[in-house]
Amino acid sequence: MTQAATTEHHTPVEHTTTGLNNRKLLMWAFLGSDVMFFGAFIATYLVYRGKSLVGPYPSEVLNIPITTVSTFVLLMSSLAMVLALHYVKEGEKNKGTLWILVVVVLGTIFMGFQFVEFREFAHLGLTPRTNIFGTTFFILTGIHGAHVTIGVIWMAFLAYSSNSGALRSDNALDLEIAGLYWHFVDIVWIVIFTVIYLISANDAPPPGMESVIH
Amino acid sequence: MTTNALTFPRFFPRPQSETGIWGWIGTVDHKRIGTLYGITSFLWFLVAGVEALLIRVQLASAENTFIGPEFYNQLFTMHGTTMVFLVIMPLSAAFFNWLIPLQIGARDVAFPRLNALSYWVFLFGSLIMNAGWITGDAPNGGWFGYAPNSGVTFNPGLGMTYWVVGLNILGVASIAAGLNFIITIINMRAPGMSMFKMPVFTWMTLVTSVLLVLAMPILAVAGIQLQTDRVYGTHFFNSLAGGDPVMWQHIFWLFGHPEVYILILPAMGIVSEVLPTFSRKPLFGYAFVVFAGIVIGFMGWFVWSHHMFTVGLGPAANTAFAMSTMLIAVPTGVKIFNWIGTMWRGNIQLNTAMLFSISFIAMFTIGGLSGVMHASPPTDSQQQDTYFIVAHFHYVLVGGALLGIFSGIYFWWPKFTGWFLNEKLGIANWALMLIGMNLQFGPQHWLGMDGMPRRIYTYAENMGWEGSNLAASIGGFILGFGILLFMINIVYSRMNKKIAPADPWDGRTLEWSTSSPPPVHDFDEIPVVVYRDDFWFKKHPETISEYYHNDHDVEDIAPSATQTAEEHEDDHGGHEGIHLPDKSYYPFILGVGIAIFGIGFLTNTYVIAAGVPIFLWGMLGWSMEPVNDPT
Repeated sequence: MTQAATTEHHTPVEHTTTGLNNRKLLMWAFLGSDVMFFGAFIATYLVYRGKSLVGPYPSEVLNIPITTVSTFVLLMSSLAMVLALHYVKEGEKNKGTLWILVVVVLGTIFMGFQFVEFREFAHLGLTPRTNIFGTTFFILTGIHGAHVTIGVIWMAFLAYSSNSGALRSDNALDLEIAGLYWHFVDIVWIVIFTVIYLISANDAPPPGMESVIH
Repeated sequence: MTTNALTFPRFFPRPQSETGIWGWIGTVDHKRIGTLYGITSFLWFLVAGVEALLIRVQLASAENTFIGPEFYNQLFTMHGTTMVFLVIMPLSAAFFNWLIPLQIGARDVAFPRLNALSYWVFLFGSLIMNAGWITGDAPNGGWFGYAPNSGVTFNPGLGMTYWVVGLNILGVASIAAGLNFIITIINMRAPGMSMFKMPVFTWMTLVTSVLLVLAMPILAVAGIQLQTDRVYGTHFFNSLAGGDPVMWQHIFWLFGHPEVYILILPAMGIVSEVLPTFSRKPLFGYAFVVFAGIVIGFMGWFVWSHHMFTVGLGPAANTAFAMSTMLIAVPTGVKIFNWIGTMWRGNIQLNTAMLFSISFIAMFTIGGLSGVMHASPPTDSQQQDTYFIVAHFHYVLVGGALLGIFSGIYFWWPKFTGWFLNEKLGIANWALMLIGMNLQFGPQHWLGMDGMPRRIYTYAENMGWEGSNLAASIGGFILGFGILLFMINIVYSRMNKKIAPADPWDGRTLEWSTSSPPPVHDFDEIPVVVYRDDFWFKKHPETISEYYHNDHDVEDIAPSATQTAEEHEDDHGGHEGIHLPDKSYYPFILGVGIAIFGIGFLTNTYVIAAGVPIFLWGMLGWSMEPVNDPT
């Protein structure tokens, strides 16, 4: 009946109606908002799939094996994130810092893959201005890349905090909230990887419209 | 807790002053932020009103040459955009800010600094959007900015770029505010106040906030796509490269229809507070009103294509959206019957706030009924793009949202300021607004039926439209005079102050239990809630048995609520332990950083780069600044 009555006392800092921490709830609500943001971009991509009038077409540029590797790297960063939170909560400062750094490194490697991929596509003649595939591809993956970049900066900041002793087991919530964001960005990539790479990889140019010589 | 915390160098001392410009820039008090929202949006309301009157002067006679077509396009675009994004939304936000913590028995919102950021970002976004008036390049593509008409091919120059950059910045403010109020309402309620003991205004704020948080990102996507098309030459809405112009309509209205409910639900919440107070009865069918609001918020997502019946989506889509649109009238009708039921056999007191609320019901019903008319695709194909639509949405937005907001202004003014607005001037203000709006928008129904199209800067003499248009223009000036009277009322009442007690109206909800105006910390003691309309029943315990027939509800709750209050006091060390968040200048700094990014998109990339250090200063300083400095 009254949720407040059942609130337990293990949260000394804030007393809330539901017992959930305000900032944690804020992150969940923000992720709900971000779902709509990515959802609209992904829907745009799907509506415009196969509508390009000139090449390069998806099957001519997409490289599934390489992107599978970068996807694997990003997914492993989520595992590192879980371990980092575990050790920070346990109060094992060095292991915590190490695993946060692993998240930073894996996130950076993923961004490296994206940078190389973008450069390769530009080399093959695909830019956001080339055709509708280029427009939707670069803006969607670019927005996701921006999310990963923000996450990497955030995690680097937390690695510094952990190392300096400012992030400890009693305020591990700071890392947990960053972790919610990181896992979300990861999950969004699974959708993007499925929609752009796995589903569109065979979207070949119309006969006689090939633009890239392999 | 503060050992080893990271610190960021301060370039200015933490603001302490309560007064002066620095007191306002550093404020994180929800009441002061509410006041800032109220004043700013009222100033934009005057700007939009002048724009509307210029339009009415131009249309008062056939083949008028007062305003040219270019300027006319800018006027109707900025009138619509300003009224939606810079007037009704932020005026509602002013009420959210002022009232939500007071209604749920809290000392502030969940994130006071984020709240300040929302305001500053809103202010800068509104200035950027209107910057076109100074450069002579105001946006001219309609408030819905249909691409490709709003694209760079058909609309070169900076006009629509101001619009899209301004909208994206305003979106940040709206999402931040929406998130803040969701968390505040879910997590900051006074002990004993379960969800179904919350005031209806709080409920409608919650539904509106959820809509804001979910709908504004869609507008952001539309904005980013249009912006990259305009600035970087992408092809989202370029049909020569295979882009689909209907795409913009889908994305915009997928945002745009929930937006309609974002505009009206706060006003519905306001009248749901005013009507019971001045009928001296609890709201009739509280649960129905709340659930109707939730259902409207949910179904609002499934009606967007009724803005696109004439696009040619095919009979299946049109039928589906026609049905969902007609269905959404049901929960709205439920609310109207509940409001009438609240007044039924009530001890009605007809003052300004009550008159505004009653006319809200009448005017909103008229606007709602014409809305159901064009829920039918065949009817809509006759009415699309005519003045009938203009009449419809002005009845729901002026007759609905604005009358509701004015009702709220007269109702809560004594709480906000500690003095009353003059009743005689208030009733004159109400009468002029009501007569003015009916004279202005009523004739537009038959102008539209007669085929007069929207968004034309003039019309031919032989169409028979002159009489109705002249009447509409006169009505516009009467409405404008009503607003002028409102301003006169503020000045007059300020000069002849009639001091308001804490509870001038024999109110029902918690905001009336604290002084007028409330102290900085809102409540000396956090109230403990037992009943819905708790304050009323504690004042009038003899009425409890009338409304709580079986007492087990009350008995169940009462002990646990008291107990919680005791725990609560333990946590905070009694009411001596009141601590409020300290002032902070970082929200303002971060807002400036975001504004510079926006200006960068309008000018060049180096400006964006210049914004980065300011943005980082705001971010890092904020994240390392403790809410309260150790004392």
